Amino acid sequence: MAEVTKSNSFEKTQNRYGWFFISFALILIVIFLLYPIVYSFYLSTTETKGMVQKFVGFSNYARLFKDPMFIKALKNTFIFLIIQVPIMLFLSLLLATILNDKSIKFKGIFRTGIFLPAVTSLVAYTILFKMMFNSGADGMVNKALMSMHIIKEPIQWLLDPFWSKVTVMLALTWRWTGYNMIFFLSAMQNIPDELYEAAEIDGANKAHQFWYITVPMLKPTIVFTTVTSTIGTLQLFDEPMNLSTGGPSGTTTGPGNSLLTLSVYIYNLCFKYTPKFGYAAAVSYVIVIIAAILTVIEFKVAGDNNESK
Amino acid sequence: MKASKILKKILVYGFLIIAFVASVFPFYWMITGMTNSSVDVIKGKLTFGDQMINNLKTVFNSYDLGRIFLNSLKISLITMVLSLLISSMAAYGFEFYPSKHRDRIYNIFLLSMMIPFAALMIPLFKLTVKFGMLDKHIAIILTSIASVFLIFFFRQNFKSFPKEIIQAARVDGAGEFKIFYSIVMPSMKSTYAAGAIYSFMTSWNAYLWPLIILQTDKQKTMTLLISSLSSAYFPEYGVIMTAIVIATLPMIVIFFTLQRHFVEGITGSVKQ
Repeated sequence: MAEVTKSNSFEKTQNRYGWFFISFALILIVIFLLYPIVYSFYLSTTETKGMVQKFVGFSNYARLFKDPMFIKALKNTFIFLIIQVPIMLFLSLLLATILNDKSIKFKGIFRTGIFLPAVTSLVAYTILFKMMFNSGADGMVNKALMSMHIIKEPIQWLLDPFWSKVTVMLALTWRWTGYNMIFFLSAMQNIPDELYEAAEIDGANKAHQFWYITVPMLKPTIVFTTVTSTIGTLQLFDEPMNLSTGGPSGTTTGPGNSLLTLSVYIYNLCFKYTPKFGYAAAVSYVIVIIAAILTVIEFKVAGDNNESK
Repeated sequence: MKASKILKKILVYGFLIIAFVASVFPFYWMITGMTNSSVDVIKGKLTFGDQMINNLKTVFNSYDLGRIFLNSLKISLITMVLSLLISSMAAYGFEFYPSKHRDRIYNIFLLSMMIPFAALMIPLFKLTVKFGMLDKHIAIILTSIASVFLIFFFRQNFKSFPKEIIQAARVDGAGEFKIFYSIVMPSMKSTYAAGAIYSFMTSWNAYLWPLIILQTDKQKTMTLLISSLSSAYFPEYGVIMTAIVIATLPMIVIFFTLQRHFVEGITGSVKQ
């Protein structure tokens, strides 16, 4: 009997320690993360007229679909997501596979160099790209391409809606490929060499080994990088804001608002003109819903690999 | 047979070299840009010039760079230290004191990682105004201390920490806090180093939240300075380059000093 009470009281104190250890984080997360999420939803059902805030139900959401700016922001965000994320992740995986090969020389230097962009601040590298992709004939990239006779006329990188999107995608790929590569490289260290050796004996070439061993074994990491890249792209803000003329106070985001993303639109709604917090909150909840749907799809496509976590 | 092997080698190294040059080149250009005049930068001049002193003078004299740099440093360091402490404590609590309630809370935390910042921005802004923290650094620090990502990251790494050691320490009569700070913390150095890089980088590079909160020039951070320099009517490109180099330097220094731990730390979190 005494044993039971003793172990009971041990568990009780253990439990108390458990609560203590998480308490600081819990309090902060409740105030600065969970409460805002809930409050944001409440806000999305209200409208502020003058000084009064009144409940309007889901009419903010209904308004969204008739708002050309919102549609534009949604479309732009999806274009970035659908084109840039797969290209980048494929490049990261390819580079990781190459650098995981034992016969490659100068691995450390390549790895460090390719990862280096990930230490730059989003604003800093965006502005660096803005200068490199200067649309004039003497812009650095234009000059280089013209001297190699790849193009005849300077490309209007940041003055043309199409090319400005390309610039953002190039910039994003530069910044994040090495970052994602490190996750793949780390996960590859855990794939047993015997798998490749066995495949080699069975006569599988490198491409086969990549598709039938590396990719399946890396599934959890592929899901992780896909989910984080998706959420990152849905929040795209620093790059479009700083690539467009005038920055945060410019009249449009990119030529013809070609760089207007959902996050930029929310910022504009809140801080650029008369604040429309209710409507902006509705836009932000659209991002939440899209992020949730895409995450579920990404897990499903990967075939429920989440139990391995 | 042989020729195709050599061709393959050329292709692989060619690809690696292109990726490497593309990754590193902007850094080179950034450093040369710091030494060139505005006109030369925008013309894409690739060699070193003699304008460095001039550019440095302009950023320090016209923009109070010293103060802005210290603002960024202060915010990032305080956030980093508190964030590492609080997040690792929480991860420790979740991992080593298992309970159904806490697991449920942990799952809610993980789900909240999917929430984009844009959805929190408005309520956080209202909270900041209500607490009278507008234009104060504390608003930036307080909101970014508890990081769900770091809690997740630490917990993944704690999973590989042998539970027997903790049991043994308990038998020897060590208190729970003592076990945490004198046994667990010191043996997870790589994890803390990787967490430190992540946390410092996130704060140092933050843009949207400081842009909303910090409104006077006195309070500005490096990212805000760079952004406003480049959106000026007549941007001085040499000066912008100088500011970019100064803003990037601390990150590069930290990265190279902690690099070994960083890769180890990430490996630890992917292992599970």
